[in-house]
Amino acid sequence: METIETTEQLTHFVRNQAQVRVRAGGTKPATSGNANVSLVNLSGVIEYESSEFTITVRAGTPLAEIENLLAEQRQYLPFDPPLARAGATIGGTVATGLSGSGRFRYGGVRDFLLGVRFVTGEGQLVQLGSKVVKNAAGFDFPKLMVGGLGRFGIMTELTLKVFPAPEATRTVVLENDNQSDALETMLQLAASQLDLTCLDLDDTNRIRARVAGSDSALLDRVARLQQFSNIANKVIEGEEELALWQAVGEFQWVPAGYRLVKVALAPEQIPPLISDLTPGALRICAGGHLGWIAWPQERPGEELDRVLAQHCCPGLAITGDWHSPLIGEHQGSAFARRLTLALDPESKFTNPQPVV
Amino acid sequence: MHEVSKTSIVSVCKLGSRTPRPSGLHTFEPPSHFWVDAVEIPAASASTPSDLSRLAPLVDQLRQRFPTDRLLTQPAQLAPYESDGLTAFRVHPGGVVLVQDASEVVTVVRLCHEHGVPFVARGSGTSLSGGSLPVAGGLVIALNRMNRVLDYQPRSQTIVVEPGVVNQQVSRHVAQDGLYYAPDPSSGPVCTIGGNVAFNSGGAHCLKYGMTANHVLGIKAVFPDGELVELGGRSHETAGADLAGMFVGSEGLFGIALEIVLRLLPLPERFHTVLAAYDSLEKAGDAVASVVASGLLPGAMEIMDKLAIEASEQAVHAGYPTGAAAALIVELEGPEEEVAAEIPRLDAIMQASGAYELRVAKSAADRMNIWKGRKGAFSAVGRLSPDYIVQDGVVPRSRLGEALAEVQRLSARYGLRVANVFHAGDGNLHPLILYDGRIEGQLHQAELLAGEILRMCIRLGGSITGEHGVGVEKLEFLPEMYGEAEMELMNRVRQTIDPQELANRGKLLLSASDVGKQSHAPHPLESAGVISRA
Ligand SMILES: Cc1cc2nc3c(=O)[nH]c(=O)nc-3n(C[C@H](O)[C@H](O)[C@H](O)COP(=O)(O)OP(=O)(O)OC[C@H]3O[C@@H](n4cnc5c(N)ncnc54)[C@H](O)[C@@H]3O)c2cc1C
Repeated sequence: METIETTEQLTHFVRNQAQVRVRAGGTKPATSGNANVSLVNLSGVIEYESSEFTITVRAGTPLAEIENLLAEQRQYLPFDPPLARAGATIGGTVATGLSGSGRFRYGGVRDFLLGVRFVTGEGQLVQLGSKVVKNAAGFDFPKLMVGGLGRFGIMTELTLKVFPAPEATRTVVLENDNQSDALETMLQLAASQLDLTCLDLDDTNRIRARVAGSDSALLDRVARLQQFSNIANKVIEGEEELALWQAVGEFQWVPAGYRLVKVALAPEQIPPLISDLTPGALRICAGGHLGWIAWPQERPGEELDRVLAQHCCPGLAITGDWHSPLIGEHQGSAFARRLTLALDPESKFTNPQPVV
Repeated sequence: MHEVSKTSIVSVCKLGSRTPRPSGLHTFEPPSHFWVDAVEIPAASASTPSDLSRLAPLVDQLRQRFPTDRLLTQPAQLAPYESDGLTAFRVHPGGVVLVQDASEVVTVVRLCHEHGVPFVARGSGTSLSGGSLPVAGGLVIALNRMNRVLDYQPRSQTIVVEPGVVNQQVSRHVAQDGLYYAPDPSSGPVCTIGGNVAFNSGGAHCLKYGMTANHVLGIKAVFPDGELVELGGRSHETAGADLAGMFVGSEGLFGIALEIVLRLLPLPERFHTVLAAYDSLEKAGDAVASVVASGLLPGAMEIMDKLAIEASEQAVHAGYPTGAAAALIVELEGPEEEVAAEIPRLDAIMQASGAYELRVAKSAADRMNIWKGRKGAFSAVGRLSPDYIVQDGVVPRSRLGEALAEVQRLSARYGLRVANVFHAGDGNLHPLILYDGRIEGQLHQAELLAGEILRMCIRLGGSITGEHGVGVEKLEFLPEMYGEAEMELMNRVRQTIDPQELANRGKLLLSASDVGKQSHAPHPLESAGVISRA
C-alpha cells in the first residue's frame, strides 16, 4: 500500500495505476479491504471560519480532530459521524455515507456536505459544489460522493456545514415489554413535536431518546417526554450520557465474532425484517430509518445479502469479509453505470467490483 | 382540472387575460406590461433545421396515441407555453403534449429519442432562469395533470407524489397528521414538486432544514433515451451512493422525474416571529450575524430593504414599518418550552441590535401576514418599476455586509435602483434590479449590473445561484464559477446520459458543439437582444 502525502502524488498515482482502492482510517474494513493507497497523511484543517459555520478539511483528517476543533467554538457535526474514537476520518465517513444517531433531527452526512475536491479516474483534480451553505449551480457531485465508496472519485478535500452545539442534553431510556410496543412508542415519538435529537431502539426493546437545547427548557422537555410515553424510564445525564452515546457511536454493542452492516430502512419494513434476521441482531436509529445489523462471522454473508434483498433493503457492510460491501437491494445501477463512464472511463475505481 | 388554470400562470398573464389567474396564487402579480417586450429567440439559436423536419413524423406518431385536446400544435394553443418566469424570453415550441401518467411520459420520451426531437418538461412554468423555456421545433411535455399523491405513509413520514403535484398541496395533504413538507419557495402555491426537484428549490425556511435535495428520498425517472431508473427509496437514510441526491438540481438534463418520494417533518409546536425595523441595512445585517453567533438556530432569517418594504406594503399591506431602511424577520420554532427559553435570548440580541421598532406576531394570522409581506415582495416590486430583474446569488454569510455595500455602489454607478430581499441567514441575495425597458439601453445596463453582482458573488467565494438555477439565464456564468476541468466533467456526465442533448437543450450547459466557440462570447440568447429577468 502506498501512502500519499499530497494531491499531486494522488493524481500521479491514479494516472499510473490500473486499479485504485482507497483507505484512510481503516475503521470500515469491509469497504477498504483491497486498498492500494492510503490517505491518512492527507490530513488537516484547511479553513475554519466559525462565524461562517463551515469547515474545509483534507479527506484524511480524523473526525476526532474536527470535532475537538468545532467544540472549542461550541459547534458540532449534527449527524454524529460514527467511529470517531476508533480513528475514522471525514473522507471515509463521507465515502461510506455513515451518519450516527444524531441524523434523526437534522439529517445525515448527505445534508451537511457542501463541496468536494476529488480526483477523477483519469487523474484530473476537480472541485465541485461550493463553500457556501446554499448553492444550486451545476450538478450536485458532493451528493454523489456520499456513500459512493470512492467509485466515482477520490476525495481530497471536503467542505461541511456545521451547527451551533446545544447548550444542554439529556437522554431518556424507555423500557418496553415487547418489540411491537417498542416500535409503536418509537414511531409515536418520531412523529411528535418533542423535537428529539436522537431516537434509537436496541434489540432489547429499549428506546433511547435524546433531548437537546436550551439549558432552562431542558427539564420541562424531559418531563414531557416521560409523560408522553408513560412507561418505565430512566433519565441519564452528564458523563454517563456522553459515555452512552459514545458507546453507540463506536458500536460497542456488536459482540465479538460478529460483523457490522448498515441498512437503510423504512419503518414499516422493520417487523418483517427482524423476524427474518436471526441469528443476526438489529439496532434501530433515526426513528426507524437507519438500522445496524450484527451478523455472525461464521454465517455466510450471502445469507444476509439475500434476506436484505428479499426485503428490498440496501445494505452496506462495514466490518468483516464480504464479496462486496454493497449487499441487499440497490437501485439505480443504470445511473451509476453512466456516471462511471463519465468519471472513471477505465473503471479504475470499480475494478474488480461492480458499480452497484 | 382545467388546464388553463393549471398550465402556467405566466402564460395566462401574457395572453393579456388576467382574470383566469389561478386562485391559489397570491404571490406573483406582475404588471400587465411586464410581458410585452419579450424577445423571440431565433429558432436557429436553440434548434437546428433538422429538428424541425423531425418534428412532423413525431407528431404523427403522437396523434395516434393522444387525443387532440392533449396534443397541442396550433399556434394559439402553443402561446401559453412559449415562456416561463423569465418572461422576456419566448420560443415557439413545436408542440405540447399534456401527459396524464408516467407511462405516457415514457412513451413520449422514447418517441422523442427515436425521432431525435428535443423536449422540455414543464411544471407550472415559474422558473426564473428560463428553465422551462421550450426549444424551437421541440416538444413540451406538460406535467401538471400528473398531480396525484401515489402513496402516503404518515408513520414513516414519507409521501410519494407525481411531479405535477403543487408544492403547497403536499403540506396541505399531510397537515391532518401534524406533518408538513419543509421547502417553502415563495411560489409554493403554484410551482410543482417536479420543478422543485429539477432546480433544488429553496425557500425562507431552508436555514434550518436545507433545500429540496435534503427532502427528496427517492426518484423514479426516465432518462432522455427512454430507460427507466429508480434512485434512492423510502428510507430517510441511504446506503450506497446518493444517486437521488445527484439527480436533484440537474435542471431536467438527466430526464424527467416521474415519481418522487419526499421526507415529511412534524409541524413545529410553536412559532415566534419577530419583525424588526432598522434605520440602516448594515444594522439589520449585523443583527443577523449576532443571532447566528449566539448559537440560536432560527427557522428563518430574512431581510428586506427600504425599496422592497415600500413595494410590499403597497401591495399586501402587511404592516411593515414603512420608512425603515431595513426590515428583518427572525422566526424561532420548536417545542413550546424550547421556544419560550429562546425568546429572551433573541429579545436581548434584537434590543441590542439597534432596531427602532420590534413587532412580535401575536397570532397565527399575524405571523401569516408577516410572511405574506415577505413572500409577496418579488411581485410587489413590479409596482415600483416597469421592469425588473430578479437576481439570485450567494455569498459567505460573514461577507453579507460587504456584498450589500457593493450592490449599493453598483446601483449608484449604474444609476439604477436595486431592491434587496434576501435569505440573510444563508447569505442568499436576491437583488431586484429596477429598470424601464422602454428607455433605450436601460435594459442593457440592468443586465450588466446583474452580471457584476454575480461576479461579485463568485469573487467573494459564493455561488451564482442559491435556488433559481442556471437555466438559460446564467449559462455564461457557470464556467466563471467552475474551472475548465469541472465544466468538462459536467459535460461528460451529460453526454453519457443524453448524447443527443434532447433533454432541456440550451439550459445549464452549453451545447457540446458550442463549447469553445462560445466560451468568451455572450450567450446567443443574450445576443438576441432585449432580456429581462422576472
Ligand atoms: C413569484 C415567484 C417566486 C419564486 N420564489 C422562489 C423561491 O422562494 N425559491 C425558489 O427556489 N424558487 C422560487 N421561484 C422559482 C420557481 O418557482 C422554482 O424554480 C420552481 O421550482 C419551478 O417550479 P415549476 O413547477 O414552475 O417548474 P417549471 O418552471 O415548469 O420548470 C422548471 C424546470 O424544471 C424542469 N422540470 C419540471 N418538471 C420536471 C420533472 N418532472 N422532471 C425533470 N425536470 C422537470 C423543467 O424542464 C425546467 O427546466 C419563484 C418564482 C416566482 C415566479
